[in-house]
Amino acid sequence: MITLKDIDKVYRTERVETLALHNINLDIAQGEFVSIMGPSGCGKSTLLNLVGLLDKPTAGTLTLDGQKINGAGDKVLARMRNEKLGFVFQSFHLVPDLTVLDNVEIPLLYRRMTAADRRKHALAALDRVGLGSRVHHFPTQLSGGQQQRVAIARAIVGKPSIVLADEPTGNLDSAMGDEIMSILEELNSKDQTTIVMVTHDDRFAERTSRTVRLFDGRQVA
Amino acid sequence: MRNTSLKLAFKVLARRKVFTAISLVGITLTLVVLMVAATIFDNTFGAAAPESRIGRMLFVRVVGQYGPHSSNTSNAGYGFLQRTVRNLPGAENVSVYSEAFTAVIYERGRRIEGQLTRADGAYWQILDFRFVEGGPFSASDVEADRLVVVISETLRDKVFGRKNVVGRSLNIGGRSYRVGGVVAPVPPTRIAAYSEMWAPIGALSSEERAAFMGRFNGMVLARSRSDFRAMKREFASRVAREPIKDPKEYKEIRAGLDTPFEAFARQLTGNRQPRPALFLGSLLAGAALLFMMLPALNLVTLNLSRIMERSPEIGVRKAFGAPRRALVAQFVAENVVLTLIGGAIGFVLAFVFLRALDASALIPDSNFDLNLRVFGYGILIAVFFGILSGVYPAWKMSRLHPVDALRGGSL
Repeated sequence: MITLKDIDKVYRTERVETLALHNINLDIAQGEFVSIMGPSGCGKSTLLNLVGLLDKPTAGTLTLDGQKINGAGDKVLARMRNEKLGFVFQSFHLVPDLTVLDNVEIPLLYRRMTAADRRKHALAALDRVGLGSRVHHFPTQLSGGQQQRVAIARAIVGKPSIVLADEPTGNLDSAMGDEIMSILEELNSKDQTTIVMVTHDDRFAERTSRTVRLFDGRQVA
Repeated sequence: MRNTSLKLAFKVLARRKVFTAISLVGITLTLVVLMVAATIFDNTFGAAAPESRIGRMLFVRVVGQYGPHSSNTSNAGYGFLQRTVRNLPGAENVSVYSEAFTAVIYERGRRIEGQLTRADGAYWQILDFRFVEGGPFSASDVEADRLVVVISETLRDKVFGRKNVVGRSLNIGGRSYRVGGVVAPVPPTRIAAYSEMWAPIGALSSEERAAFMGRFNGMVLARSRSDFRAMKREFASRVAREPIKDPKEYKEIRAGLDTPFEAFARQLTGNRQPRPALFLGSLLAGAALLFMMLPALNLVTLNLSRIMERSPEIGVRKAFGAPRRALVAQFVAENVVLTLIGGAIGFVLAFVFLRALDASALIPDSNFDLNLRVFGYGILIAVFFGILSGVYPAWKMSRLHPVDALRGGSL
């Protein structure tokens, strides 16, 4: 499903060159639930951004769903993100001007779909995360856990084969974190959605099928 | 523009009240000034009684002789107009009339100044004045040099202070004229119809009858605008045949058979520009553009800071597959919606301002109309303004790197 081969990522400024990732080799099969762990600044989010096609590797090859990504243009990458990937962020990143329903519809805006179909899919996704009764609320009217559930609904509304979660429980207390983790587990087990999750929390990493550990930009396990 | 873009635009504007208010003040003020200018322009050069057929009219207002060391510019002479505008191909009617000039009325011991135009019979056929009393003088009145005058309603009230004045006599410059008709007032912004009194051209000396320069204008009503080109060509060839009286001093005669705007531009530029309408039009368009630039730049700055504020949203949209084109369209849509709201408010304020301008009598007898045509200009100006101030920030925004945007970004 996802293959990273000899991946390096270097950030260059005029004066400094920072090696964020070095020689990463990783194979993630369809339906796997993989966690990525490591201390702050070790390259976890950078790795997730590369897998999410939000950033490009400096060296190495990245294959997603059998398609080599290296050299693909912005248009192709945007379409792949829209069709194959869903994102959950630590700080939710819901659009404050939009209602819960409108937020969840965002990925579908960039597909050929009628407004009625968009609404139908968004309502179904919100039902799935238990927020069917809050569709007309604004994000600021919800608790942190509820906001993250909206973010998960937004990530899965387009039925992507891969969901990338960057510390999805990082801003939540443990009870809410458990709730979010359960939703992700159900998504993985029921829909066979591949999930790659960055986390600092061993308890949550233990609940995934495999843990990749990074240290100073290198893969140590 | 997709419905969702519009919906989002309204939501964003409604929830960001301070930004919306600040932007609207700038946009509205700019659009008010531009709409007032457009209204005055439209009321000057657009079709309205008595110049309802102005779209088919051409004018000769200025002639000049030019040499390396001397130049002489003036209104046309009667003779010049007879030689150059009579029997032009495609002409439906031709009138010769004087520029309005100040004349003095003596009435019951009072001395009242007013603007007097000398005109021929065709003048009343080409222009559709609204007569509130009586009627115009005829070609035979002009031929016979009868002392008959048409006056404006405003002047009637000032001089007589009553209605039903047809047949009464009026002492203009020491000669007694009979009032033949009273017309609804015409504001000074109308190029051909403005005056307060109209009297027959009257007897002219043989010298005046042949004169190259003088105090007259020519007005030609074409059968159709498509005849303009042939008429102008014929006029130019007739002007080229005009003899130069003093060839040592002057080398060239310059005159134009002009549309109202061309005639205005020719007069304003002293008949010195080879294409006066293009020159003045470019100048006015440039001035309008410059005038719009300042608030547009202000809006660009506001928009750029708004993008920074909305950077995570842009990151999210990019992460979920928004192509650049969709982001640019969304942002431009938001900006156009904002400027259209500003345009609507501006339209109302411009209406109020123009009513106040009419009431102030700053421009006598003015009646500035905010009609559908001006509303159309207003919409165009607003959309142009919206695109002008929205495209650059939208383009910058669409180029944000998704990872940077999610972190809060920098442009």
